[in-house]
Amino acid sequence: MNISLFITCYNDTLFPETGMAVVHVLERLGHTVDFPRAQTCCGQMHYNSGYQNEALPLMRKFVETFRDAEAVCIPSGSCVAMMREQYPKMAATTGERKLVQDVEKLLPRIYEFTELLVNKLGIDDVGAFYPHRVTYHASCHSLRGLHIGDIPLRLLRNVRGMELVELPEWDQCCGFGGTFAIKNAQTSAAMLADKMKNILSTGAEVCTAGDNSCLMHIFGGMHRQQANVKTVHIAEILASTEDTSTEKVSARDASSERALMQKGGGA
Amino acid sequence: MPEAKLAREVILARIRSSNPPENDEMRLIQEWMGIPRPFRKKGSLAAEDRLDLFEDRLRDYGGGIHHASSEIELPQVIASAIAARGKRKMVVPPEFPQTWLPPGVEILKDQQLSYAVLDECNGVITGCTLAIAWTGTIVLQGGPREGRRALTLVPDYHVCIVRADQIVELVPEALEKLRSFGTRPITFFSGPSATSDIEMTRIKGVHGPRVLDAIILG
Amino acid sequence: MTVRIGWSATAPDFQDAAKVSLENAQLRRNVKYATDVIRAKRAKVVNEVPDWEQLCQAGSAIKAHTLRHLDCYLLQFEENLTRAGGHVHWARDADEANQIIRGLIEQYGGKEIIKVKTMTSDEVQLNRDLEAHQITPYETDLADLILQLSQDKPSHIVVPALHKNRFEVRELFKEKMKLPDLGDQPTDLTDAARRYLRQKFLSVKIGFSGANFAVAETGSLVVVESEGNGRMCLTLPDVLISLVGIEKIVPTFQDLEVFLQLLPRSATGERMNPYTSMWTGVAPGDGPQAVHVVLLDNGRTEVHADPIGRQTLHCIRCAACLNACPVYRQTGGHAYGSVYQGPIGAIVTPQLQSMEHSQSLPYASSLCGACYEVCPVKINIPEVLIHLRGKVVREKRKHLGGKLDPENLGMQAMSYIFADAKRLEAAQRMARFGQWPFVHKDMISKLPGMLGGWTQARDLRPIPRQSFRQWWRKRERKPNA
Repeated sequence: MNISLFITCYNDTLFPETGMAVVHVLERLGHTVDFPRAQTCCGQMHYNSGYQNEALPLMRKFVETFRDAEAVCIPSGSCVAMMREQYPKMAATTGERKLVQDVEKLLPRIYEFTELLVNKLGIDDVGAFYPHRVTYHASCHSLRGLHIGDIPLRLLRNVRGMELVELPEWDQCCGFGGTFAIKNAQTSAAMLADKMKNILSTGAEVCTAGDNSCLMHIFGGMHRQQANVKTVHIAEILASTEDTSTEKVSARDASSERALMQKGGGA
Repeated sequence: MPEAKLAREVILARIRSSNPPENDEMRLIQEWMGIPRPFRKKGSLAAEDRLDLFEDRLRDYGGGIHHASSEIELPQVIASAIAARGKRKMVVPPEFPQTWLPPGVEILKDQQLSYAVLDECNGVITGCTLAIAWTGTIVLQGGPREGRRALTLVPDYHVCIVRADQIVELVPEALEKLRSFGTRPITFFSGPSATSDIEMTRIKGVHGPRVLDAIILG
Repeated sequence: MTVRIGWSATAPDFQDAAKVSLENAQLRRNVKYATDVIRAKRAKVVNEVPDWEQLCQAGSAIKAHTLRHLDCYLLQFEENLTRAGGHVHWARDADEANQIIRGLIEQYGGKEIIKVKTMTSDEVQLNRDLEAHQITPYETDLADLILQLSQDKPSHIVVPALHKNRFEVRELFKEKMKLPDLGDQPTDLTDAARRYLRQKFLSVKIGFSGANFAVAETGSLVVVESEGNGRMCLTLPDVLISLVGIEKIVPTFQDLEVFLQLLPRSATGERMNPYTSMWTGVAPGDGPQAVHVVLLDNGRTEVHADPIGRQTLHCIRCAACLNACPVYRQTGGHAYGSVYQGPIGAIVTPQLQSMEHSQSLPYASSLCGACYEVCPVKINIPEVLIHLRGKVVREKRKHLGGKLDPENLGMQAMSYIFADAKRLEAAQRMARFGQWPFVHKDMISKLPGMLGGWTQARDLRPIPRQSFRQWWRKRERKPNA
């Protein structure tokens, strides 16, 4: 299958390794990945912060760029939730029938990364190997926006060498919430403190999720506390195999991955 | 236009300015009838199970439960429930059946007694309009065996006689019946008075009757 | 027109008030404990109802239908209540409501009233108005009594004194009720409240209430409560005055079959609350022989006029959204600066006041959706929050100061950048270059301006040298790299 990757603006800028991992996994499974260059951002930050007019051109751009895609893969639950919940409403406010129809036709072909694997491609074992103790944080937008259920957990349970431990209060928000983390920094930090306490109680080496936004927030708090827990996007765990793991057991530790990247290496 | 009338007109006009202008009562009723209600409207339990459920739920609230298999047995069952609570002076509604009155208990008939007198009684004995098994609720609607609302409110102890055939299974069944009984004031009570105001924990007994005994008849 | 929602017009912004609450460890422990208890209870009794989802759908549909025909149903209610011997009054705003109520109390020669918990009366600040006119209101709900005695503010819609634990309540009762030997068992406290209020119930001639539901078809009011203080206030006085928001209407008596199932399980996690009272005007020989109902607008018609905001009026004040909200669970209710707290408060309070006050409230949410998930009448609170954020932004940008606000400028700039992939790439390069003054040991720990909020409690990894799209380009050039 030909799969178009919408990397999302912040993964593009801040978490390129996640995009690389998505490409690895999909290609390993025998699919072709395409990256339409014109893509930028889904508009979620603008829309959710009250700048709905500014989000509209970003939606148009997305629709235009991915109109003909066979399937769109997005490694971010919250961006997919934004599209499914808001794009139809946004299109309706313009009163443009064409736009409404385009959105309507495109949305069924949009998948969050783990949804694509399990629901569209019918795979819940991608042949990954990841010898670490891992806990999974369900992002709110995956959980309540996408109703993703146990899809990510099904994939994780089939990763060899990995010990998956349940996160206490797994359905509670980590406190990120986009601009909420800045506007209500203290409250966000208090929510984060609870989340970190729960993560640390599992004794996991790695906390994973389908959203780098939550993970960036959790990582930031962990690092400030000098806690020894890494945050790794689920795509990177699923990309890891026995071949890569000998050299990359420690390289999956995102910071050395980053060191590789910054030397201009990476893939 | 006087102020009072003006306020009414202004509020209604504001509502109408944002509602589609149609005041066709038939359409209103049709739309209301079209509201999907795919929830359970009728219970499915056999009479015995319904009774068990009711008792179980009522017990959960901390209500006492006694049984009288017939009206002949009833006065004695009432009397022993009252004795077990150490109460002696009870008030009953004006039309409470003479044959139900418990022996050995001082009985006062409510003839618009003052609140002070009601307050001095140990408790009250009444019947009920119906009961709901699913929620452990007893319903009063001011019937002849129930009396006015103050009667079942001021005394601290309530003995309530529930005929087994008065118990419906579900809340919708109860409302359907009540609707046909007219517009007398209605009181639902589910166990004795309680509060959740301190630490969100249900604590028995505040202002309403703090002790409830239900006597299942039949 | 004075739409007034408690003291919210002068309350501090949420983020500032939240700081104060977050520093109060006892309050946070109390709130966390109580909300944990209620969430577990609610989950248990909701899960045992096989048709819960269908009930929620019906509840939402009945409310939406009612609001579409609110004028008709209000008139029906008025007609039926009048026929049953009651009197209906209409109040456009808080002052008008207070004036009507005070007028009635004076007409019946009352100097004091007994009150059952009424959020609308907190909304219009009735007590303050009555006290200013030498009329004494006695709050009789245990939590409201606690607040009245301690001159505190409500912090929760259903359990307004949730921020106090039993030991704090004991200390208060000991002092105010002059009970030096009072124990700290919950039953000691309820006994004390019973004794304290008993004579008031038996002697005060005017009762005051709100209503959970007003039935158009019959002209009946419904009050759902626990302690029996409601029954006392509704039954024993000679006169009963009820202040009812116009959105409390339900079309028919039968419709209560839905709401009497949704409300208790959602609110206190009980299969049924201890007491529900329904009355229809005057019942000869039973209860108050003078019955007045004041229908209150106070901004509701404004909310009604907004197609997205209108669903806010579905609310049955169960407070399930407060208990579920991770923000509320950290800060408690006082930070919201309103008689309506939590997620529903964050949308009710600013909307009723035409967005003129409480503009920080729509931002007091991480948009996690837990509120929407538990709402028994399906109010999409995150949707309304985002809608209101849009209103705040549009309002702000009407003025030069708002246009020049760093957030607005930032958002405009981002919008310009995201409009074009080349611009995005250029911006990525600039950011990568511009971040170095803040990077120490491969980490950013202190950022200036607005972004400083991030680094108060969190570090940030610097932007890596290579973006995804750069990697992709290189890979396309050398397919086997």
